[in-house]
Amino acid sequence: MDLSAINPILLIAALMSAATPILLAATGELVVERAGVLNLGVEGMMITGAICGFAIAVETGSPTTGFIAAAVGGAVLSLLFALLTQVTLANQVASGLALTLFGLGISSLLGQGYVGVKPPRMPDVNFGPLSDIPVIGQIFFSHDPLLYVGLLLVAGVWAVLRFTRAGLVLRAVGENHDAAHALGYKVVRIRTLAIMFGGALAGMGGAYISLIRVPQWTEGMTAGVGWIALALVVFASWKPWRVLLGAYLFGGITQLQLNLQGAGVAIPVEYLAMSPYVITIVVLVMLSADKSAAPGSLGRSFHASS
Amino acid sequence: MIRLEKRPRPSRTFAWATPLLAVLATFFFGGVLFALLGKDPVQSILTIFWQPLFGEFSFFYRPQLLIKGAPLVLIAIGLSLGFRAGIWNIGAEGQYIMGALFGAGVGLAFYPAESVFIFPLMVIAGAFGGWAWAMIPAVLKVRFGTNEILVSLMLVYVAEQFLASMSLGLMKNPEGFGFPGSRNLQQYDSAHNAEIITNSGMHWGVVAAMIAVIFAYVLLARHRLGFAVRVTGEAPRAARFSGVNPGRLILFCLGTSGMLAGLAGLFEVSGPAGQVSIDFNVGYGFTAIIVAFLGRLHPVGIVLAGLLMALTYIGGDIAQSQLGLPAAAIQVFQGMLLFFLLAFDLFTNYRLRFGRTEAA
Repeated sequence: MDLSAINPILLIAALMSAATPILLAATGELVVERAGVLNLGVEGMMITGAICGFAIAVETGSPTTGFIAAAVGGAVLSLLFALLTQVTLANQVASGLALTLFGLGISSLLGQGYVGVKPPRMPDVNFGPLSDIPVIGQIFFSHDPLLYVGLLLVAGVWAVLRFTRAGLVLRAVGENHDAAHALGYKVVRIRTLAIMFGGALAGMGGAYISLIRVPQWTEGMTAGVGWIALALVVFASWKPWRVLLGAYLFGGITQLQLNLQGAGVAIPVEYLAMSPYVITIVVLVMLSADKSAAPGSLGRSFHASS
Repeated sequence: MIRLEKRPRPSRTFAWATPLLAVLATFFFGGVLFALLGKDPVQSILTIFWQPLFGEFSFFYRPQLLIKGAPLVLIAIGLSLGFRAGIWNIGAEGQYIMGALFGAGVGLAFYPAESVFIFPLMVIAGAFGGWAWAMIPAVLKVRFGTNEILVSLMLVYVAEQFLASMSLGLMKNPEGFGFPGSRNLQQYDSAHNAEIITNSGMHWGVVAAMIAVIFAYVLLARHRLGFAVRVTGEAPRAARFSGVNPGRLILFCLGTSGMLAGLAGLFEVSGPAGQVSIDFNVGYGFTAIIVAFLGRLHPVGIVLAGLLMALTYIGGDIAQSQLGLPAAAIQVFQGMLLFFLLAFDLFTNYRLRFGRTEAA
């Protein structure tokens, strides 16, 4: 065992990258839940985004196109959820599970021809002299563009929810859909848009795993990240900046666990690998006492006549 | 203009027709999917649903129906109790793995002793393993109000890692030439969950599934606890007034479903699968969710749904070898079934009205 092999600067830089898929997916889910919808299909949308992004990036040779395709793929899949929960008023928990099961199936079907293929590499953003600053340059200015997109999205979602009329309407729909409906807002339409936004971000989060984190395609490669993202929204008490904090915490645990494996710590690999899930449970327990922050209409079906 | 109108009470006709409609729609869209994959849709559907039952080699496939169906029914019966009461145990896959590990662990510990008591002990250990694993989300929910969906799911990934560590470490076959995986329990008579009637597919897991179905039926129809389950699902507040203790109900529902999933895991690992290996679990815990819904959370319905789902597994295998249909296509097929089921369920509670909305 050689703990000195772990370089704290590289660890921090890598944890930002490890956190990005969770961050993207959780930010999307945050918007969905603030609109009053509980979409448990994050895992399914992520894995679908992972293969859509991967396939299109390989076919076109452009990672950027891949990410756009992943967002579209995730959003299209989420439309199925919107159809079930908003139009046919199906139970949201069951529909979300259906979405995950379906997404896992469709992704492995689409991914048949892509096992063992290398995707095109997305170049890091060129910050010029900034990246040459010792420590800070390596931590903050040595990443792929999507990582910064993720950060901007958190800021954007925070600002929109807090300062704009659209954000206010979205929150109103999530807090009390009957009141929002009485005021003349189109509850179903707003929720459908929120669901699609969540789907697009989950898709991008998935593609981040298949194109940047792991750069390859394997079945079921999201391995529960989507569920961790769901837990993160609870952890964050439905607040964007706390999602960022939580994602970095979990990214840190994931990365540290990998580093410890690399350093040959005496704990078996499997026990290290289960640690992010165990810690997620522990965090959920610590925070579950306070549910006051949850949107009032979360998980309830809306029908204008009832 | 089409609009929805809430029915005064759920339609009984549609409650029964919905699964049939969903199956038909899945046939249709599944056929479209198979056509997109370049296969003859009619032949694909026939291969999946006709060949195992009435085809040339059906004598070989029919017993498989019980072998694949039993774990699905066993798990789904447990899940349905919770789902009815709004308690969502999504981690049956993890409870299944832990049941298998506990049960197989007991069996392996006695190797090579021969005794009639070993297998019953394994059954108890398997049930306990699943129950204990389900108690984690249950106790956390009762004590701290933690979301049981997320916790039970996280525990699936923990259990998978635990399974890997067991099949590479403690339970690894010492005579296995270094390969991962335990001794084969099929070759250890006292621990083998063998067929009770040769070539029928009937093993102890099937018996357990039948008992579970009867137990659930009686519970829901006759027992006070079954009443508590139903009332909690339909009207949680009314349940509180009628003296239902929500905490105890959570412990009961999660515990029972965990126990049944653990049993399913034990019967699988000591019978059809034979050994603890890194990926002996094949997602029954998740497919059972579809089975539970397709069976309308009703014991009899679950038996039918479990057999249908077992058929898609067997037929899927045949289609894979004969037509080169990818295994994942069956998974999509199963997912579709759940989608259509949830969508068509609309007609149970609402009715479509055509014509203009009158001004309010």
